[in-house]
Amino acid sequence: MRARITFTKQGALRYTGHLDLHRLWERAMRRADLPLSYSQGFHPQPKISIAAALPLGFSSRAEVVDVRFNEEISTEEIASRLKDNLPVNIKVTKVEGVDERAPALQTQVLSATYDVHLTEPVDKSDLTRKVGELMMSESLPRERRGKSYDLRPLIETLNVVTEANGKVSLRMTLSARDGATGRPEEVLNMLDIEPEYTSVERTRLIFQA
Amino acid sequence: MLTPEQIETKLDHILLQVQKPGRYVGGELNSITKDWNKAHTRVALVFPDVYDIGVSNVGLKILYDQINQRDDALAERAYAPWVDMEALMREHGIPLYALESKQPLACFDLIGFTLPYETLYTNTLNILDLAGIPVRSADRDETHPIIIAGGHSATNPEPMHAFIDAFAIGEGEEIIHDIINTIQKVKGLALTRSVSKSQRSKVNKDLRPSTFDREALLRELAQIPGVYVPKFYETTYLEDGTVAHTQPIIPEVPKLVNKRIVAKLPPPPVKFIVPNIEVVHNRVSVEIMRGCTRGCRFCQAGMITRPVRERSVQEVVDAADAAVRSTGFEELALMSLSSSDYTYVNELVDAISKRFEGRKLTVSLPSLRIESVSIDLMDKLKQHRSGGFTLAPEAASERMRRIINKFIPDEDIINTTRDIYTRGWKTIKLYFMIGHPSETIEDVQAIVYLCKRIIDEGRKAAGWKIKLNVGVSTFVPKPQTPFQWVACDTRENILEKQTLLKRQLLKDKNIKLSWTKPEDTLLEAWLTRGDRRMAEVIYSAWKNGAKFDAWDEAKKQEAWLSAFEEHGLDPAFYTHRQRRTDEVFPWEHITAAVRKNFLFQDFRQSLEGQIRVDCRLNCFACGILPTFANLRRENPGEGWKCPDVKSPATVTSNQVSVLSDQLPVVGD
Repeated sequence: MRARITFTKQGALRYTGHLDLHRLWERAMRRADLPLSYSQGFHPQPKISIAAALPLGFSSRAEVVDVRFNEEISTEEIASRLKDNLPVNIKVTKVEGVDERAPALQTQVLSATYDVHLTEPVDKSDLTRKVGELMMSESLPRERRGKSYDLRPLIETLNVVTEANGKVSLRMTLSARDGATGRPEEVLNMLDIEPEYTSVERTRLIFQA
Repeated sequence: MLTPEQIETKLDHILLQVQKPGRYVGGELNSITKDWNKAHTRVALVFPDVYDIGVSNVGLKILYDQINQRDDALAERAYAPWVDMEALMREHGIPLYALESKQPLACFDLIGFTLPYETLYTNTLNILDLAGIPVRSADRDETHPIIIAGGHSATNPEPMHAFIDAFAIGEGEEIIHDIINTIQKVKGLALTRSVSKSQRSKVNKDLRPSTFDREALLRELAQIPGVYVPKFYETTYLEDGTVAHTQPIIPEVPKLVNKRIVAKLPPPPVKFIVPNIEVVHNRVSVEIMRGCTRGCRFCQAGMITRPVRERSVQEVVDAADAAVRSTGFEELALMSLSSSDYTYVNELVDAISKRFEGRKLTVSLPSLRIESVSIDLMDKLKQHRSGGFTLAPEAASERMRRIINKFIPDEDIINTTRDIYTRGWKTIKLYFMIGHPSETIEDVQAIVYLCKRIIDEGRKAAGWKIKLNVGVSTFVPKPQTPFQWVACDTRENILEKQTLLKRQLLKDKNIKLSWTKPEDTLLEAWLTRGDRRMAEVIYSAWKNGAKFDAWDEAKKQEAWLSAFEEHGLDPAFYTHRQRRTDEVFPWEHITAAVRKNFLFQDFRQSLEGQIRVDCRLNCFACGILPTFANLRRENPGEGWKCPDVKSPATVTSNQVSVLSDQLPVVGD
């Protein structure tokens, strides 16, 4: 069977990268005694696919992974067995069954929403003005790893938000399609905000309906 | 001192600038974070190398469990930050902290270093410095943690005597509790005693350990069996620079510090830390047996971990199962110095393969004897043959194998390796050592001949695809071994021997050769053989920038040579000098309970090419039994592989030699 697990990734786990997260899930399944499926061949690979790589240092409230099992098992059973077998900074929030023939999870991601908390005080009106200008521009030519691209079409929404504690943060939804992925740091860079004085949390992944 | 919250905030600013930031954040499954304020005694356990290597160390894991099982104590972990992280920590004023609570190391009561190898010494100094703790023991006061160290290098603690407050000699399972209890006793007293205001004002009450009389505590610690507190001993030297003697300067401490052992191995750890990043060993390790009865004369571990104590098959299999379940690791290592000598190795292998059938677990069984039985064992474990089959003849001529007491006839090596290739393994890894006592260039040439014969025979049997990986390290005469009197080979000799091997072995493209750089060998030899004067050399080398000496990247040679020069010491004095038979060693006042006399007889037999058989078959009276007669008597039977002790003798140190003469002596 194929199960889709939604989970949080916080605290120390922010510094665990994509490949290590794969390994982490494989070991969690073994600890939970869940019948994980493996590929055939000389080096069998576990059938685990994570929707979209989360950049190192970001926390997340809603990561998604698809896992295939050798046998049918109820989603409640999966959730309860995983509960005590994950490091403290990963919590499963949802487990659902998925049609075996549904397309690969990674191909279904459209966009992702991020909350960027600013750890240094900022002038809110100045920031709002900069955000307005950014969103008004037709194109935002940028270069990344020697390739030039346009950042503007990758930004779906971008808002200045005042949090309950009075601190200012940015909320943005960026395209996360294959070959068209917007990165929060690139947006921050356009707004003259140093990424090292922010903490970024992915709050939602948006999939094709 | 920064609070944990302040440290975490600072970390978030710098962690994305370093390689593998997951090394520095903790949060691993099976790590234990206890309530800081509820623990009476707080211990930081440090493996002074990078996280990737240190996190899987079993010795520290045993201590971590032992301490955290107590309600009145907590244990956390720290490792050496890699150079990129160290630079940023210094730049941002972040002291070294423990991974669980993020409390600065300086806020703990006790810091315990494990020193399994000598090339961790400079890192140890660096860690103390990064923690904001004075590097020298003499500069610490009541506001600083007690610094202890243990591990195989503590067999000769003298080079580190200036930096470590107390060494724990031998096995740690019981002594750690004695140390904690003593700290609690003395600190409890300190709390009720009036402490001067000036002392108290220096202490940040919330963070620093409670104030106590450091001198009194060290005196108490020095009276625990197996604890060595260097400040209560003094070394004098003869005119030729060798040690005259090292003796106590206060009456309460023992003249000879005897190692501690546990009579019966306690249940092995099963809740191993599961790192959230890739590390060197992602595996469960279960120690099946401690100690070794083979008596290879070069092997320090084999001499200092006696007696042999085995765990039962049932205990090993159950522990392995529990550990695999609690970690999800894909590899299991069954640890011992010599797997083939484990009494029930066949039963163990059968039980392991049955228990883990179909569970995608790789099982390793290291240190197998060179005999076809070993191939049967590996066959049963159904291992991927792609992994290669490892054997360690250590020397290539029969003469040399007699000298080192690892005797195997050439034909057995040829037959076993041929059999391994025939049965489907494509690669064999062979470990040799050069620089053994009395080695000639012919003995080194023999490595070439033996390897060529092995691969020729293998090709006849299994075709042209087979490979041979040859690892050649260089012998270092270690303290507390029969070879402690021997000189280490010179740099020129080592290079000549390595050149010969490279020239002749690398002609065959299916033979791979790896070797130890002479600089690394000599550094290990200086540090392992050093006396108290070596402490200043270590300090200067560290000041000169030496660290991560176990790593190839480290630029060590210059830092060390100029440190020797600065203190007017000749490195060759430590390494290239055959010791007089009556020489007093710098480590003479520390013993692993194996008598010097026994070691010397064994050394003499080696010169005559005489071998000593497995001491399970014949007791050679090494000294273990008289020293631990009571423990042995209380634990009769199979678990302990020495003969049973029957006579109700009361042993004092004066009677040791008398009693050991009464034990059966074979081959002496």
